[in-house]
Amino acid sequence: MKAFRQVTSRAVVLDRPDVDTDQIIPKQFLKRIERSGFGEFLFFDWRKDPAFELNVQEGRILIAGRNFGCGSSREHAPWALEDYGFEAIVAPSFGDIFRQNSLKIGLLPVALPEEQVRELMERARAGEELTVDLEARTAGGFPFELDDFTRECLLEGLDEIALTLRDEPAISAYERAHALV
Amino acid sequence: MGRTLFEKVWEDHVVTGGEGRPDLLYIDLHLVHEVTSPQAFEGLRGAGRVVRRPERTVATMDHNVPTGDDTPVDPLSRQQLETLARNCEEFGVTLHATGSGREGIVHVIGPELGLTRPGITIVCGDSHTSTHGAFGALAFGIGTSEVEHVLATQTLQQRKPKTMRIVFDGERAPGVTAKDLVLAAIGTIGVDGGVGHVVEYAGPAIEALSMEGRMTICNMSIEAGARAGMIAPDETTFAYLRERGVEIDERWRGLPSDADAAFDREVVIDVGAIRPQVTWGTNPGMVVPIDGVVPEPADEAAERALAYMALEPGTRIQDIQVDRVFIGSCTNSRIEDLRAAASVVRGKQVHPTVRAMVVPGSARVKAQAETEGLDEVFAAAGFEWRRAGCSMCLGMNPDVLAPGERCASTSNRNFEGRQGAGGRTHLVSPEVAAATALAGHFTVPA
Repeated sequence: MKAFRQVTSRAVVLDRPDVDTDQIIPKQFLKRIERSGFGEFLFFDWRKDPAFELNVQEGRILIAGRNFGCGSSREHAPWALEDYGFEAIVAPSFGDIFRQNSLKIGLLPVALPEEQVRELMERARAGEELTVDLEARTAGGFPFELDDFTRECLLEGLDEIALTLRDEPAISAYERAHALV
Repeated sequence: MGRTLFEKVWEDHVVTGGEGRPDLLYIDLHLVHEVTSPQAFEGLRGAGRVVRRPERTVATMDHNVPTGDDTPVDPLSRQQLETLARNCEEFGVTLHATGSGREGIVHVIGPELGLTRPGITIVCGDSHTSTHGAFGALAFGIGTSEVEHVLATQTLQQRKPKTMRIVFDGERAPGVTAKDLVLAAIGTIGVDGGVGHVVEYAGPAIEALSMEGRMTICNMSIEAGARAGMIAPDETTFAYLRERGVEIDERWRGLPSDADAAFDREVVIDVGAIRPQVTWGTNPGMVVPIDGVVPEPADEAAERALAYMALEPGTRIQDIQVDRVFIGSCTNSRIEDLRAAASVVRGKQVHPTVRAMVVPGSARVKAQAETEGLDEVFAAAGFEWRRAGCSMCLGMNPDVLAPGERCASTSNRNFEGRQGAGGRTHLVSPEVAAATALAGHFTVPA
């Protein structure tokens, strides 16, 4: 996994609630068997509108409305956002699977209270560069929550499977104890 | 204090954890399909890893398969299907391939083959994995990185979600289905009402449902944002399992939530007040009773939804004309769904301006329906009777809406473009879909 420490950048404001993963990456692009190259298809249908937020703003941070990434479990959604150039996404809340998928690839989902997200949207619209700092666990100066373990994995870019395989004796013991072998 | 059904299943599957780390959860059954697995198998190959428990991993082909008798597979879909077949062979995973007679939508075949059981953990690279919670299993969708993690370790690192109970109080009015109950619940708590929670559905109206109705409910848990949905196993569950050759484990009787178990959140829904539901917007929470009207937009999102759906506030739902009707998907493509729809259309004709199709959820559902003559009922009424697959639920195969087409659909998502770019989806029950196909506009069965 790609490591994440901090990003300082202009932010793209996508002030819409409940943005689903079907919008982030439409189904016709899920037929590819590679992990890369999804960025050009990000928000494929919405980007046909010249006024769409991504067509008129630039930045490596995305600030979005509540429940961002709801719907389908497609990891292609975080792949597309990451490939497009986003490193962190700030929103009041995220779809659970999307949040999990993003953490697995080093795309940092930052959940902040709605009024703080609103303030960051205003500051971003005014042209301010924002910093999302994982070591300090702050976004635009606001502290956010992320458990120590997940933070450590992201900072180091750890391979989670290798980490779990260290628990191989415990997994085998569980299987024996539950007659699963 | 007592424990909830979810807590019992979770705690029984913790391999290790604590000290600030997430729990390492053992996964009993891993379902795999062609769309979310190729990169996971590729990851294993690259790292020189194997599938830890191939006998606990079961694959099928569903999202990409054409459902027409002679429809060719497009080259990209073919590549994805062939990649799955190759990966299953290389890694020793059982594959129920197209034409095997056991294939179908992954969430339809799991229960059908007796794989889905109470008290087990089930994951799949698909958000509708929540379906299997109808049996009292803990079942949830994961992304491709986690698919790879489960393939390699048969476990997942997970933080324990919160618990919510939705109690369906009272009795269903005639014509009100499981689909209407779950749509009404999503309309009540919102599409993010369940985020971070595992929902247990309870109450007399849930207990009165068949297993297939319960699957419809749990299937749409994710549409309320929930991590998973669960229903306590009971005699209905055991009867369904026995019919599929599964021996009943007496320990399953201890799974239901204890009387003094506490939930982080409780919601009560008055079932008696629920009418058949129709969505009007671009997420499943934008829903009204069929005898209602398109609502005034409450915010910008609703305005955008109305513009996309080309609807005016105040329009009676029953005055909305449809171009297409789709009966199928992991939400509503089981034999009871098809029987219910067939009973509505028997001896009648699909409206001349409507194109209607029925897509059974699996090869077995299709065979059963044909044994009962349902295929002929549908064909005589003017429906297309097709092969099993995800079909028009998500348009990864040739079954799609044309831009601007309006569809009454028994599937689970009315997101923009879900059934085809520019397509307009209204979610309904199989009964309403069938009646709507005959009338050409939304209506309940006569």
